[in-house]
Amino acid sequence: MDNFQMVVLLLDATMRTSTPLILAALAGMFSERAGTINLALEGMMLGGAFSAACVAYYTDSHWLGLGAAVLTTMALSLLHGFACITHKGNQVVSGMAINILMSGLTALVGIALFAQGGKTPALDHDARFQPITLPGADAVADVPILGSLYSELISGHNILVYVAFLAVPASWWILYRTRFGLRLRAVGENPGAVDTAGISVVGMRYKSVLCSGFLVGISGAYLSTAQGASFLSDMTAGKGYIALAAMVFGKWRPFPAMFACILFGFLDAAATRLQGVVLPGIGEVPVQLVQALPYILTVILLAGFIGRAVAPKSLGRPYVKER
Amino acid sequence: MSDTIHSAHGTGKTGTVPPAIELRGIDKRFGAVHANNSIDLKVEKGTIHGIVGENGAGKSTLMSILYGFYQADAGTIHVDGTLCNINGSEDAIAVGIGMVHQHFMLVEPFSVLENVILGVEGGAVLREGVDKAREELRRLEREYSLDIDPDAIVGELSVGLQQRVEILKALYRGAEILILDEPTGVLTPQEADHLFRILGTLKQQGKTVVLITHKLREIMAATDNVSVMRQGEMVAHRHTADTSPEELSELMVGRKVLLRLEKGNANPQGTVLQVDNLCVDTRAGVRKVKNASFTVRAGEIVGIAGVSGNGQSELLEALGGIRAVSEGQVMLNGQDVTPGRGVGPAELRQRGVAHVPEDRHRMAMVTNFSAEEAAILGYQDDTAYQKGLLLDWGKVADATRHMMEEFDVRPVDPHLKAANFSGGNQQKLVLAREIMRDPDLLLVGQPTRGVDIGAIEFIHKRIVAMRDAGKAVLLVSVELDEIMSLSDRILVMCDGFIVGEVNAADANERVLGLMMAGVDPKQAEAEAGK
Repeated sequence: MDNFQMVVLLLDATMRTSTPLILAALAGMFSERAGTINLALEGMMLGGAFSAACVAYYTDSHWLGLGAAVLTTMALSLLHGFACITHKGNQVVSGMAINILMSGLTALVGIALFAQGGKTPALDHDARFQPITLPGADAVADVPILGSLYSELISGHNILVYVAFLAVPASWWILYRTRFGLRLRAVGENPGAVDTAGISVVGMRYKSVLCSGFLVGISGAYLSTAQGASFLSDMTAGKGYIALAAMVFGKWRPFPAMFACILFGFLDAAATRLQGVVLPGIGEVPVQLVQALPYILTVILLAGFIGRAVAPKSLGRPYVKER
Repeated sequence: MSDTIHSAHGTGKTGTVPPAIELRGIDKRFGAVHANNSIDLKVEKGTIHGIVGENGAGKSTLMSILYGFYQADAGTIHVDGTLCNINGSEDAIAVGIGMVHQHFMLVEPFSVLENVILGVEGGAVLREGVDKAREELRRLEREYSLDIDPDAIVGELSVGLQQRVEILKALYRGAEILILDEPTGVLTPQEADHLFRILGTLKQQGKTVVLITHKLREIMAATDNVSVMRQGEMVAHRHTADTSPEELSELMVGRKVLLRLEKGNANPQGTVLQVDNLCVDTRAGVRKVKNASFTVRAGEIVGIAGVSGNGQSELLEALGGIRAVSEGQVMLNGQDVTPGRGVGPAELRQRGVAHVPEDRHRMAMVTNFSAEEAAILGYQDDTAYQKGLLLDWGKVADATRHMMEEFDVRPVDPHLKAANFSGGNQQKLVLAREIMRDPDLLLVGQPTRGVDIGAIEFIHKRIVAMRDAGKAVLLVSVELDEIMSLSDRILVMCDGFIVGEVNAADANERVLGLMMAGVDPKQAEAEAGK
């Protein structure tokens, strides 16, 4: 039972670590399915996390913090869109510029406001998202296996975790079952087809980056006001890039991308728990190795173990009207 | 024949039905280029109206204006007698204009159905519109016998079927006027025939069709009326029945054009190229050329005929040294130059083999290069272009200018980007690059693909001039007319085999056609004779 409990705890942690990845991966998917590479996820997440922490600190409301995060990231995606869609700039350069900008800007403003080395002050109870106990969780907690799975694994997370996991089927539905999704996917494959069908390519691409900004804003707020209790400089630590990698594993599709995020989240959670653990026959696992696993896995998987990942055809190519 | 504009329309026809399309004084400039100069055009309802002109004459620009892709600088558009303001594709669709673009506007991973409903989904949630659309598609498909499965993935369909999806898209949007931009450029002859049958059905149903092409045969066969454009101007309107290909080509080019090439008899000398039992495999291991043996002598043009994809391309690439040979031997002037056995394209060039590849954009030039860079590609190591370790750009520019003048490449600007030349001028530049090195053997594939009539005539003349200068020429083309008019001997390929050889003087289209389908030459002659 002890081992079982450990596994449940590990999976429980996995849900928490994969939440920001899932939100960011879906964000990337909305943008890239419409043809705009979104390397700026990392910087946007950081910006969102910072705004959320600041606003939540001043207002004592995590909801206002979340709103601020989403507004920040949507503004940043408009900036990205302005460079990439309106001015047909290089999408990778624009994304990297936003990442570098936000890394510096959050630290700068953080120091100016709070003088704590770029950190924001710790948030009180009300300023953070608190765990929710799902109905009946306490009642079934004593039921063996299923009960403890429900009460430990499913119940007891903050609302943003549930939002992330529900955003997956919702995104799938939007992409594959709605007019908006059809047009969005079409614009990423052949914008000419969309233009000649009388739909604005620029309009569709702006809408897609706004969706992207919305989702990544939630993941930013999650980092600083739900998972953590303050903003730390560069606290995203590459999660934006990992999310992008997960999206590529998932071949730009919501459910496979979610599973890739869970895998990465699991490795992340395992890394924390494997610190100093001596495995039989192997000895003490160097924690750096486990921490590096997601990155090693990214390289290996991208090198061809997932089959050919076919990107949207016009990904990275600004739409230029021509005969 | 005068070049004056006169309307061939409205004479003797009912005055009550307004024309489906009437353009008045359409004017459009792109920077310094006057793409459309005060164009007038009337297209009668229920007719097939052809618009011909050389590449760059402004046909596509005019149609793009009609479809709202561009806005005209001046002029008016009337559809069914009503003045229309077409500012985007959605306006064109709203007044019943549909367009089948030269490069299809299809989303390849989508199904036919999804492609058709894109933009007219009939509700925010797809399911609401899909069932209705499916029914409507079935009806349209039956009515025009389009033969398309609505659930097929478009990217997996043949080019001919993809084009029908485009037509279906336009019809689904309620198009009464269908514009087709160079629709047969990508089709096999059979697919083209099917297309024209579909257009005929459309006409019977009272739809109006505008056909943009540079192929005169199609104009003569399919259209009721024809308008000719040249250098941005509308130069003539004719009833198709009252005109001839000769008159149209003269109107298009602005001077008399020889549709038939005049050339003297060949005077073949010694063997230049000898190919024995050549086999070529693709990287996937598919044998594309099977035991090909033939010779090409100095002073003759040997043409290789065949339906596209029967091994001609691989044969040409192997001889050009860019594809490895699996078996067999290639001798050039008595020396073994079998590609892949230590002899690469660079060495072949040095030994006097010039190669004009089939695909101009993919293999013959880098379209982002300037003309002078394109003009020395493959010969960049030539000492004539060097100045120490560096390229001598002055000399390169001079050489390019010389090539351009010699081969009538316009404009004569060595610094202009290769992509900014028309197809014909690009091809002339490539030919100049290869021919002016005075090679012993010229390998040339599809010399006039995507090239306008005036340039075709010029290119053909230069190839014959090569022959008359005592050079050996191996020509690969899928245009049977081209093979028949240029070659002295014709080899026919089918499924990788050379199925037979015909003397050009005795060749006829039926025999060659049967041989291209794999029929034994003797039997083909007997069958064609019946």
